Amino acid sequence: MLIFEHSRPGRRNYSQSPKAAEATDIPEKLLRKTLPLLPEVSEMDAVRHYTRLSQKNFSIDTHFYPLGSCTMKYNPRACNSLAMLPQFLARHPRSPESTGQGFLACMYELQEILKDVTGMAGVSLTPMAGAQGELIGIAMIRAYHESRGDNARTEIIVPDAAHGTNPATAVMCGYKVVEIATDKEGNVDMAALKAAVGPKTAGLMLTNPSTLGVFEENVAEMSRIVHQAGGLLYYDGANLNAILGKVKPGDMGFDVIHINLHKTFSTPHGGGGPGSAPVGVAPRLLPFMPVPIVAFENGTYRWQTEKDIPQSIGRLSAHMGNAGVLLRAYVYVRLLGAEGMHRVAEFAALNANYLMAELQKAGFEIAYPNRRASHEFIVTLKDLKEKTGVTAMNLAKRLLDKGYHAPTTYFPLLVPECLLIEPAETESKETLDAFVTAMKEILEETHTQPDLVKSAPHTTPVRRLDDVKAARELDLAWKAPTRNISVTRTETLTAIPSVSVA
Amino acid sequence: MPFIPHTEEDIQAMLASIGANSIDELFDEIPPALKTGSLKRVPPGLSEMEISRLMLERAEQDGRYLNFIGAGAYEHHIPAAVWQIATRGEFYSSYTPYQAEASQGTLQLLYEYQTMMASLTGMDVSNASMYDGASALAEAALMAVRSHRTSRRILIPQTVHPVYRSVVRAIVKNQGIEVVEVPYDKLSGQTSLDGLKNFGNEEFAALVIPQPNFFGVLEDVDALTSWAQSRDAFAIAVVNPMALAMLTPPGEWGEKGADIAVGEGQPLGIPLSSGGPYFGFMACKQPLVRQMPGRIIGRTTDQEGSDGFVLTLQAREQHIRRSKATSNICTNQGLMVTGATIYLALLGPEGLRRTAAESHANTAALLEKLERLKGVKRVFSGPLFHEAVISLPHPSASVLQALEARRILGGLNLKEYYPELGDAVLVCATETKTSADMEKYVTQLGEVIRNS
Repeated sequence: MLIFEHSRPGRRNYSQSPKAAEATDIPEKLLRKTLPLLPEVSEMDAVRHYTRLSQKNFSIDTHFYPLGSCTMKYNPRACNSLAMLPQFLARHPRSPESTGQGFLACMYELQEILKDVTGMAGVSLTPMAGAQGELIGIAMIRAYHESRGDNARTEIIVPDAAHGTNPATAVMCGYKVVEIATDKEGNVDMAALKAAVGPKTAGLMLTNPSTLGVFEENVAEMSRIVHQAGGLLYYDGANLNAILGKVKPGDMGFDVIHINLHKTFSTPHGGGGPGSAPVGVAPRLLPFMPVPIVAFENGTYRWQTEKDIPQSIGRLSAHMGNAGVLLRAYVYVRLLGAEGMHRVAEFAALNANYLMAELQKAGFEIAYPNRRASHEFIVTLKDLKEKTGVTAMNLAKRLLDKGYHAPTTYFPLLVPECLLIEPAETESKETLDAFVTAMKEILEETHTQPDLVKSAPHTTPVRRLDDVKAARELDLAWKAPTRNISVTRTETLTAIPSVSVA
Repeated sequence: MPFIPHTEEDIQAMLASIGANSIDELFDEIPPALKTGSLKRVPPGLSEMEISRLMLERAEQDGRYLNFIGAGAYEHHIPAAVWQIATRGEFYSSYTPYQAEASQGTLQLLYEYQTMMASLTGMDVSNASMYDGASALAEAALMAVRSHRTSRRILIPQTVHPVYRSVVRAIVKNQGIEVVEVPYDKLSGQTSLDGLKNFGNEEFAALVIPQPNFFGVLEDVDALTSWAQSRDAFAIAVVNPMALAMLTPPGEWGEKGADIAVGEGQPLGIPLSSGGPYFGFMACKQPLVRQMPGRIIGRTTDQEGSDGFVLTLQAREQHIRRSKATSNICTNQGLMVTGATIYLALLGPEGLRRTAAESHANTAALLEKLERLKGVKRVFSGPLFHEAVISLPHPSASVLQALEARRILGGLNLKEYYPELGDAVLVCATETKTSADMEKYVTQLGEVIRNS
């Protein structure tokens, strides 16, 4: 049932709105003639409705969630409660720096810690999501070339295994995308890279470890090739969790990097955001960093703006980015400390390699069996599908029945029928063993009761949903039955919530 | 080991299964020369008790002020239920709802959100949110250019939030899109219709129309919308969603209604929190839906005919279209939208309208009191929502600083953005301000002015 279907005309929450408040000296022609379609429900109705909705979600707090490339690790509760201290919540973004020295201290220290962990010379905290971090990073690469009058560089090189955001970002920055192939062991094809670089190369975007779950063994050589051609190297930090405290992107030769805090630094995914993706840069890109950035001078924290960084690519958010997410990440890094950072990558790798070994023993085909798993790895069901007709999607849905969130399916696109599995370091051996047991059961079912697997899920709040119908018969907003609503203003307004979407 | 559950026995058993002698061996594909030594600038780990103490001290160091700053982020009462429910682990720690059957809670909530926002804005469809108001405006500009096909120029009045204008420039400039500014009327504080006439018959992809505008002034939205559409430019509304509880929704502006409506969702139950996370909203007319960026939820049925919800129109998005996507946007602001949807359900149409009306009434009352102070004047004559520009008889920076010492944030100094306005300050009093709060502000400002 939708919240609107709980609605009754005239039902209100008197404790949640001002008592009198009558308009107004606003000219009549600027005033709304119909009421917006918002529910009229009691506070308890609303609380019950949304609590029940929450119970229809899988989440890290309720289920093992081995979603590859998403780093679904435990989100410590302290990070949330400390970022929600009343003083932090009440602080207005335009309040003077002098009134926010405590907050700014956290931001400054987070910048410094992120610099150390990534090996970069500068960090800006402003990007509000990974894709925005990418946009900023590529915009800085462009600003760098333009500042040198090097305007012939029109191409960004992207491996075919990259996240879709990489090519989409390059295009948003006005670049042409040159895609290069992957070799049979999961590394970037070096011959393809050499053929692709040249005087038009503005840069290369690389995820390392790659989305195939393996470390690019030739990264130093790639860096040399791209730099020699005059291009810069962009590090997509989607998989930073795999190497945290082990290798610094700066040491691998990257010029610019974004860090997905909602992955590696355990800020919540929140059902799809808010993200946060600070960017780090090598010395040559410092003049182009997005503002604001926190500086510490003479014992005082202050914002650096366009005045301090005149060649800055500018601002990408109305204020300073997702401050509350940054506070959560700050609490997380202080809880981990230096020694905890090293352990993140170690135990992410231990869990991934263990799960890969156990699934291989259970009869699953590993896409890159000769490689170490990073913090994730790929199972391919290509042969299984040929033999039984069961697809990666079927298996993913069947896992939901067994109480596990599905791994990432059909990404990366170059491995057929793939499951990208990332257990994260916060899961115990018992959980991984239970997951392997569930996977074995499903493998057994694919032979004994394939229809059971193909028609999954069976136990979720809804069964398989019709995506085709959703796209063909667009229903993007609820339509209210037309009725009269009397309001406490003097006149009676007719509600015509005209949200017809055919 | 923080958040790592492994016992020594687990580690040995796992390594044995892998066939490795040590955890270090798992990193043997990384060239040794690249390996990191120590992290010198990362301090040792703290316990939860220790970090709690530190954060509490820092929060107390900042304290709380009586705040009269708005300028795109507004202090409103937030019902306790909003964040208690939104931070339930099932909402807080779930991922983007790609596995629809395991994400019906988030998906249904987003569908309800889209319904509420479509109605608030008077548009046909809403997406499931953008990063914030400023970046949503930039995406609307890109969407207008994609849909227009012949013009790559966008008109933005100087009455639009100055930082929004900067953000639009930063995001669109690498796509060869030109941003042209429209001056404001010095008396009314509204976008100058005369200024628009100077553009003659030049072609534009869109005109941005703020309501209320950055000065808190209400624009003649009908005239602006009709002006844009009469010359085949899209009308992009950038609106405060709280104000829409009272004001004509963009979908009803002019003869045909605005084409795209965007804005900052923060007033709908999101804490000020130093500027984020907030959420941007975006709604549009039906014919533009396939040009809209961001996630969109649709209602459909399952194989047994029951209603359910899925991400739809994904063929627009980067994970499918890659370099041909409508935008590189991937994540949205799901958790903030969760809070906003619960907020809107708790307030309802009447609660939201009263909150808007009370904020309007408070600002009007504050202005009346302020204008009694010697040398304090309202700068613009146009009608207001809940914010206004006042001019001061002394340098605004020092007046605001003196108020700060009295733990009052007296407004936003406009000197940086509009130096032509002199010592002008943008002030806002939402429903959270009592008569006593406003009296205190006026009394203290009076003293500061007298002592200056």
